[in-house]
Amino acid sequence: MTEEKKNENKEKEVSTGRRDILKSLATLPVFGAFFYGLYKKRQADNFKKNSILSELGLGEKAPEVLPKTTFNKAGDLIRLGIIGYGGRGEYLVQAVGFAHPDICDLSGEDKDEIKRRKQRLENFLGQEDLNVALAGVCDVFDVRAERGLAASRNETRPGAKGLPEARRYHRYQDMLASDEIDAVIIATPDHWHAQMTIDAVNAGKHVYCEKCITRTEEEVHRVVETVKNSNITFQLGHQNPQQKTFNKAKEIIDKKILGKINLVETTTNRNTPTGAWVYEIHEKGNPRTIDWDQFQGPAPHRVPFSLERFFRWRCWFDYGTGLSGDLFSHEYDAVNQILNIGIPKTVTASGGIYYFKDGRDVPDTFQVVCEYPDRNLTLIYSATLANSRSRGRIFMGHDASMEVGGSLTVTADRNSSRFKDKIEKSIIDTSLPLFTYRPGSEGIDAITSATEKYFATKGLMYTYRGGKVVDLTHLHVKEWIDCIRSGQKPSCGIERGLQEGITCHMATKSFLEGRKVEWDPVLKRIV
Amino acid sequence: MEKKYSCMQLTALVVLRILIGWHFLYEGIAKLLNPYWTSAGFLSDSKGFLSGFFSWIAETPSVLKVVDFLNIWGLIAIGVALIAGFFTRTAVVSGMVLLLLYYLANPPFIGYSYTSPAEGNYLFVNKNLIEMFSLSALLFFPTGKIIGLDRLLLRKKTAD
Repeated sequence: MTEEKKNENKEKEVSTGRRDILKSLATLPVFGAFFYGLYKKRQADNFKKNSILSELGLGEKAPEVLPKTTFNKAGDLIRLGIIGYGGRGEYLVQAVGFAHPDICDLSGEDKDEIKRRKQRLENFLGQEDLNVALAGVCDVFDVRAERGLAASRNETRPGAKGLPEARRYHRYQDMLASDEIDAVIIATPDHWHAQMTIDAVNAGKHVYCEKCITRTEEEVHRVVETVKNSNITFQLGHQNPQQKTFNKAKEIIDKKILGKINLVETTTNRNTPTGAWVYEIHEKGNPRTIDWDQFQGPAPHRVPFSLERFFRWRCWFDYGTGLSGDLFSHEYDAVNQILNIGIPKTVTASGGIYYFKDGRDVPDTFQVVCEYPDRNLTLIYSATLANSRSRGRIFMGHDASMEVGGSLTVTADRNSSRFKDKIEKSIIDTSLPLFTYRPGSEGIDAITSATEKYFATKGLMYTYRGGKVVDLTHLHVKEWIDCIRSGQKPSCGIERGLQEGITCHMATKSFLEGRKVEWDPVLKRIV
Repeated sequence: MEKKYSCMQLTALVVLRILIGWHFLYEGIAKLLNPYWTSAGFLSDSKGFLSGFFSWIAETPSVLKVVDFLNIWGLIAIGVALIAGFFTRTAVVSGMVLLLLYYLANPPFIGYSYTSPAEGNYLFVNKNLIEMFSLSALLFFPTGKIIGLDRLLLRKKTAD
């Protein structure tokens, strides 16, 4: 090979080498374009998010508004008694740490049912140990009392090991007289709430009473007076406010993001027999296993033994107040916790028995309008037990609307004065939520896509990551137990009980008398 | 070179590779940058014969964590590899596997409806399936060794 040819070959090699490298690296500039695009997109998103959040003055995190529930000093053992171990009673006792052995049964034909049971057991075992004993069970139906005793013997939960079995009391008065009981949970029908609470307080027992606080207005006044003149810790059973979304909702209201709130709309939408209180009649229920006389107790009308009335008591005004005390009470309390509205000036209610013509005397369709002229606000409650279309719980202000449930969504109003500028500049899109807050995700998502909006409204939970599912009732009972030990006031104490009770009874009275009723703040009476 | 393409054929194939790579990369990075992102919603909405498996992932926090991590970094790695033409064959095959899983998790079959609304209308065929078969075209008409870092690897190998 001549020198010349060698050089030529070398040059050729160099040039192929160069071409190789160029071809190898040809697509890399794409990364430049990609990251430039990404940077620009991030900048735009952050600008939008920050300008919304700073405009609203909101933090991304949920506020810790419940210092009492975080208070945790096990303290001495508290010995609990349960009065009324029906469906709700069983749930409450489970929430304090004593479940019927049924809970370990994971068998079933339906896959979803097995999944549900597994989740229930997991939640139960994950509950915090409250250092309480289930010391007494009182129920007028033998089968239920036996279930309660079985729950006290169940040692599935490690903390329940070594605790003595509960004693059965046939009469609640005997339970209250016992010095082996420190506190009672009352989960009987409403017509018993007042007398039991008063007797318990007089016996020096702490009380957790299910809503509605009483069956009548007169009873509310007696209960309030008794509890106020005592040192016991009283908690009413509205567990909804333990929802983290309610704390966020309060923060949003306090920051006046919604503008002047003029209307709150809240609803009940159920469409199942159980939802309409047509509960199952137990096969062993009969005059021998049920103490009918004691069940009737202070009920205004005494009637012959009736399985329907015993198991489906919510269907009769003799034992409760129907939608008013069962579900309007929850909705009212939810709004009261967030807005602190208190007792309304006037209430108008209407409705009827339009679907469940099964002999009940309480309405299955029920509308309540509460007026708060001092607050320039109307609260509307609308309920049906024969349609389950979800209508939400919505706070409406001049600048935005807020829907509060398991998740929270705030949407700017298209005619808002405050957001006018940002709406015009397309920083705020009124067809999408301004932001949504989901407790599981621990933050606000200011840039919400259409899909996420859909998930939020469907209430699809994002609680898988970063935390377990915690039962609201457990939190509510825990708060009561913590307050018994610390002497603090629980979130749903007697003052809230008064407001809830009076408001519900105003609705019931208005419905029954077919007229608008008014609260006289001087006389402290419904007129 | 193993394959001879015309200039237009090569351009079309490389552009397709870059576009799919871009899509993977951005899907991965968008998830990485969103602290609230999780596949739980998507997985628990699953239908079809694998729905039990996908729901199990969604409901088991420890497994979900791993799946989320693998998904995010898998998407990013595949995206980078496709754009750069680096281990292109592996990236193409992994991309197809991921897309197949997405397709099987929420297949657009008759009778299945999803909580999350689709942005278009699909019957059996959706964009996951199309993207998967676009990748199969890249598998059988490889370009990484012509335009891409794989060319350097090849050169090194032949030099050795």
